[in-house]
Amino acid sequence: MEKEKPKIVKKIMFVMRHAPHGTIYSYEGLETALIMAAYEQDLSMTFIGDGVFTLVKNQKTESLGTKGFVATYGVLEDYGIEKIYVDKQSMEDRGLKPDDFIIPVQVKETSEISALMEEQDATVPY
Amino acid sequence: MKIAVQVIEGPYNNQASDSAYHFITAALARGHKIVGVFFYHNGVINVCNMAKPPQDDRNIQKRWGELGRENGIDIVACIAASKRRGICADHVIEGARVSGLGQLTDMTIEADRLVTFG
Amino acid sequence: MLHIVNKSPFTNNTLTECLRFVTQGTVILLIEDGVLAAKSGTVYSSKMTETLKKNEVYVIKADILARGVSPIIDGIKVTDYEGFVDLVEKNKVHSWV
Repeated sequence: MEKEKPKIVKKIMFVMRHAPHGTIYSYEGLETALIMAAYEQDLSMTFIGDGVFTLVKNQKTESLGTKGFVATYGVLEDYGIEKIYVDKQSMEDRGLKPDDFIIPVQVKETSEISALMEEQDATVPY
Repeated sequence: MKIAVQVIEGPYNNQASDSAYHFITAALARGHKIVGVFFYHNGVINVCNMAKPPQDDRNIQKRWGELGRENGIDIVACIAASKRRGICADHVIEGARVSGLGQLTDMTIEADRLVTFG
Repeated sequence: MLHIVNKSPFTNNTLTECLRFVTQGTVILLIEDGVLAAKSGTVYSSKMTETLKKNEVYVIKADILARGVSPIIDGIKVTDYEGFVDLVEKNKVHSWV
């Protein structure tokens, strides 16, 4: 990897709004997060809308013949991305609860997510 | 101000690439610095040199190459996303290049703003 | 903060989702198919009018013209790509792609 140690630390939030499998956004978005993690920035990842389906347990992609990348979300914490937020309303609208996710997440109210977004230097939407 | 741009949809199929181009042209006219343009997901197709659009339409790929060459802007297609879609370094238009996601990271860190078009 | 929306509110819930996260002072820029939300007399108009009470809403003129969107809702500001750049200069950005 073409990794350097920058002196600047920026607050960068990935905003994941797509369901997995139907499109590639959440898979390639994960790849970006794992690369950016090597740059020692202040990273977070927020799941809004259908993005919340990305983290659902028991996804079995064998019959589809596609890569089961969801387990890889489990390594985010090992990569130093510990701030994983889920939008409460998106989760509830979709009949999900925190136990349904493969990793521990922080469930946040709309206003809390707005405030988090506003404090970022950059947001990366996938 | 320093601006980084990310384009995540392909040419013609979506307007993202056109919007990004017009935005960048206006930003340059306003005297801002474009630290780089990063193409991701199907966005990588925007710099494929194999495209031959009809002559009465804009040539999106050529336009990106010219923008890069004439303004010294780093135009980068993600190498992993490119390979996945059959685009290797030989298929990339002059004025652009393929490189890793580290480039998107560098651009994001350097820029005051990251604007994504998709 | 500047929120950019490029999807039609009639086929996609992106604008509705975006508006939920908008706070006092947030600026909304509609581009591409997003400008369809600016048309007056639609099922979405009242939501836009409500939004305009607390937030500035801009549309890109080229996108409005290309789609023949007319008339547009009172209070929505029409701008060009240079205006877009100025909004980006003044605000941090999130694109609801």
